[in-house]
Amino acid sequence: MITTAADGIKDITPPLTDADAESLKAGDRVRITGVLYTARDAAHGRLLPLIEAGKPLPIDVRGQIIYYTGPSPARPGEVVGSIGPTTASRMDKYTPTLYGLGLKGTIGKGSRSQPVKDALTSHKAVYLGAIGGAGAVLSRFVKKLEIVAYEDLGTEAIRRLEVEGFPAIVINDCHGGDLYQNGVKQFARD
Amino acid sequence: MRDIHSSSVTDAVKKLCMEANYELEPDMLRAFDRALQTERSAAGRQVLQILKDNAELARTKKIPYCQDTGFVVCFVELGQDVHVAGGLLGDAINEGVRQGYTEGYLRASIVRSPFDRVNTGDNTPAVIHVEVVPGAALKIQIMPKGGGCENRSKYKMLTPAEGVEGVKAWVIECIKTAGPDACPPLVAGVGIGGTFEKAALLSKKALFRELGSPNPDSTVDALEKELLDRANRLGIGPQGYGGDTTALGIHILTYPCHITSLPVAVTIECHAHRHKEVSL
Ligand code: SF4
Repeated sequence: MITTAADGIKDITPPLTDADAESLKAGDRVRITGVLYTARDAAHGRLLPLIEAGKPLPIDVRGQIIYYTGPSPARPGEVVGSIGPTTASRMDKYTPTLYGLGLKGTIGKGSRSQPVKDALTSHKAVYLGAIGGAGAVLSRFVKKLEIVAYEDLGTEAIRRLEVEGFPAIVINDCHGGDLYQNGVKQFARD
Repeated sequence: MRDIHSSSVTDAVKKLCMEANYELEPDMLRAFDRALQTERSAAGRQVLQILKDNAELARTKKIPYCQDTGFVVCFVELGQDVHVAGGLLGDAINEGVRQGYTEGYLRASIVRSPFDRVNTGDNTPAVIHVEVVPGAALKIQIMPKGGGCENRSKYKMLTPAEGVEGVKAWVIECIKTAGPDACPPLVAGVGIGGTFEKAALLSKKALFRELGSPNPDSTVDALEKELLDRANRLGIGPQGYGGDTTALGIHILTYPCHITSLPVAVTIECHAHRHKEVSL
């Protein structure tokens, strides 16, 4: 579900539909409330063979958003440590397949490959950016955390987060829009 | 000979690891403030402000500024009149990393082998570079080096004919290809000269100079300033959202080189530029 608040920021709550994804444009600021799943390199490395073998995944990705992050350990009494995004391009190899299964969004930082951008268009999905390196600030939006798979991977385990007002921005939309390219076009001075 | 006990090395490294991750150095905070004055992009200014808030929250809550608490790169200047007593220097440093990362709630990001990729669980080992210098002091510099930006570091062997213009073009190319992936605003360390490995080492060492301080060599200082200006004309901006603050500093170290060579290494460092040092 997506609604636009008075401040112009789009409030998102997964699960998302095709129409939700289509309503998002590169450069839109969003606030996510609800569930995010974390997965990065090692977890993706385990998901893909399952998909290829036609076996069920430990999480149902349909309509969901995956956040590429490996948090630092929580201090006693805290929900989580620092939890900012990791470089998304390392997941590019796996992402089109996951979008094909109905995943609607990913959150990371940095550019995506052309096959990922194409998958956004063909499967109606988005790639969102969270502020890389702002892990302390971003931790404040995480209200609950639970490991749901691959605990042995430590920081790379799949976690289910409950977030409230988690801030992000649309980097790549399903219409070919790209915030990074727009930004450089607008501000380059040579 | 002056004896320094290995346990004081361990204690110092432990403290440096924790403080580096919770407290961004004042030179970085000043650089954020300078950038806030000049940044034309509203989104860019907003990112810079969040980075300042992030630094403040990390410091007060003692949680890491970034969840990637880095690979500990450790430069040691060992006075040749110093004797490390009670154990090996390298073991003492690694024990400091182990204690700092486990007791400080810092992330374990190191795998024991590039192939089986099993996490060592305590962020050891560190990457340690020791240089023997005159005197009876032991200086330890540490930089918890983030992976996202390190992955964008590059090396190129230029020809002498390509000269300084070739060097400039290569450094700018590196910053451009690092782009939004390496968490701009960036800091770049550039090592020019020496051999393949010497240039790479210089590019890391260069990052320890205080950000915003002039290079002691006035010709190199002018080169740094020109490169910083060019980097900030690329338009990448904070987080790559577009803007004038793509880099906060470019630091260069040079070394003599062979008549056939012009090696240039560029270490890409992000805004989580954590660097601390202590002299024992
Ligand atoms: S590049 Fe730097 S700021 Fe970005 S995630 Fe890595 S360590 Fe953190």
